[in-house]
Amino acid sequence: MTQPTETGRARPEAIKAVAVRHPGRWVMIAVLAVLVAMFLHMIFTNDGFRWSFIFSSYAPGKRGVMFTEPVLEGLRGTLLLTLFSMLIGVGLGIVVAVMRLSPNRVLSSVAWVYTWFFRAVPRLVLAVIFGNLNILWSRIGFGLPFDKQIGQLFGIDNFDGQIFSIRSTDLLAGFVAGMIALGLSEAAYMAEIVRAGIQSIDTGQSEAAVALGMSRGQVLRRVVLPQAMRVIVPPTGNEVIAMVKDTSLVAYVPVTGELFFQLQQVEARTFVVLPCLVAALIWYLIICSVLMVIQFFVERHFGKGYGAAGKARQRLRDIQVEQGGRITATGEGTP
Amino acid sequence: MTEMVRAENVHKSFGSLEVLKGVDLTVPQGGVSCVLGPSGSGKSTFLRCINHLEKINAGRILVDGDLVGYRERGGKLHEMSERDVARQRQSIGMVFQRFNLFPHMTVLDNVMEAPCRVKREKKAEVRDRALSLLDRVGLAAKVDNYPAQLSGGQQQRVAIARALAMRPKLMLFDEPTSALDPELVGEVLEVMKGLARDGMTMIVVTHEIGFAREVADEVVFMDGGVVVEKGSPSEVIANPQQERTKAFLSKVL
Ligand SMILES: Nc1ncnc2c1ncn2[C@@H]1O[C@H](COP(=O)(O)OP(=O)(O)OP(=O)(O)O)[C@@H](O)[C@H]1O
Ligand SMILES: [Mg+2]
Repeated sequence: MTQPTETGRARPEAIKAVAVRHPGRWVMIAVLAVLVAMFLHMIFTNDGFRWSFIFSSYAPGKRGVMFTEPVLEGLRGTLLLTLFSMLIGVGLGIVVAVMRLSPNRVLSSVAWVYTWFFRAVPRLVLAVIFGNLNILWSRIGFGLPFDKQIGQLFGIDNFDGQIFSIRSTDLLAGFVAGMIALGLSEAAYMAEIVRAGIQSIDTGQSEAAVALGMSRGQVLRRVVLPQAMRVIVPPTGNEVIAMVKDTSLVAYVPVTGELFFQLQQVEARTFVVLPCLVAALIWYLIICSVLMVIQFFVERHFGKGYGAAGKARQRLRDIQVEQGGRITATGEGTP
Repeated sequence: MTEMVRAENVHKSFGSLEVLKGVDLTVPQGGVSCVLGPSGSGKSTFLRCINHLEKINAGRILVDGDLVGYRERGGKLHEMSERDVARQRQSIGMVFQRFNLFPHMTVLDNVMEAPCRVKREKKAEVRDRALSLLDRVGLAAKVDNYPAQLSGGQQQRVAIARALAMRPKLMLFDEPTSALDPELVGEVLEVMKGLARDGMTMIVVTHEIGFAREVADEVVFMDGGVVVEKGSPSEVIANPQQERTKAFLSKVL
């Protein structure tokens, strides 16, 4: 026989118990508090930082070193370099990843060699090499490959099959050389990240898509990559942040329009070393913090259909539908 | 009555393992064939051959009179291009054991995706059709939900609606209720029964003997890569002739 459950029973008193003590934690907290206090005290009282040099004015009639024209130009260069090299890295990385996963042996081997090479070479070395690569060719162009050799085959000297071309020192120098070096290197890492992302998706997904008549490109663009993004975005965020910092390497290309280089220039002119370095540090902190906030929102976007946030939002919508009206965020119904 | 599916002597191997060893099957337009058989007998493989998810090694399969995956020209078979295979698949709906809904799209977007992207139909029309299909499978209230927010039975009904949105002339079901809790099986079978009543041509791999008995025009029993026995439900299920069929049915009934 089943027992009827008792209803209307009084709720028992809430439990009041003595909590477990954690004396170790309190010692730890005290030590940390003292260290933080010492650090803050140093920052505000130590004259070596020369905060006015950094923030308000580094020389008579000039702005603080963080905000002077050349440094702001350098900041712009750093941001653009990060943007463009990441665009190259992500775009090419997806191509390399798809090639790597191709059933065609030639394509997957080429992709493997690409990642092997660019992961094995340090970015600094790559940047310097790309800065000097223009001695290999006088002109770089687009057109018939092996045009000179083909011309000689038919007895024509200096046969020109190029549709357009420009002097290599104009193209492969400074900013562009640095951008390509960083972008190609990044593509190798992005390829690995994208490949891991694609492989994390259940094959049933592409099977269902194919069964609906989708082409291979559509399956990738509409079904596999959007889901793989959830796996791809977090490490890509790390890559962007790493790239912001690695842009300082292009000083060796050499590229002058870059944040750290510009601050070192000020340092060389004024002989004020530490404050210039601190100014660079603050800028990098600001850029990377903004990027982390952006990453948070991007991750949330690609988490659609998964996890707690999506479910909570849906529950809210369900409640609204049930109540037949709109509700405010606090949950109070409005007629 | 015209033939919707005709499979002749279909062979399929994975490496050295021969999974299908000469399977024949004919389904008339509007007919419902239920395929029964023990695990590993090649039922899924055969179904996947019909929409060319697997390439067959010998024999031929015709859907609505057209060879699947190949074209015959001058007595020689030519492999179809990927695009033509994709076009062929548009008219063959498939429902999987594990639903395989797209988790990053809402229920409505799941249903609208293929008609909009593959057939490039007008969005407003597709939307109306998708909504009425979802209504038909009893999910009008869930159109804005994501698949993860639905029960298994609801997900499978969405998967059926998604396949129907392409207006297929043939539907393939691969154990559509095997991944479901027992109390959710009925709602999916109800939808499938409705489809059969409306004249959809269907091939259903299933362990639901009751469903086969009620809905199937023909029951096919497969074992070891061959069709062991086939006939009307009253013949194969109620009165099997082959030992292997009897042994299998005694286990599942
Ligand atoms: N892609 C594949 N590669 C190699 N072997 C495979 C592949 N797919 C299926 N097989 C093999 O083919 C045989 C038949 O598999 P199939 O999935 O068609 O069986 P089934 O009748 O659907 O069984 P179940 O009832 O368990 O789903 C099995 O032995 C399986 O291991
Ligand atoms: Mg199977």
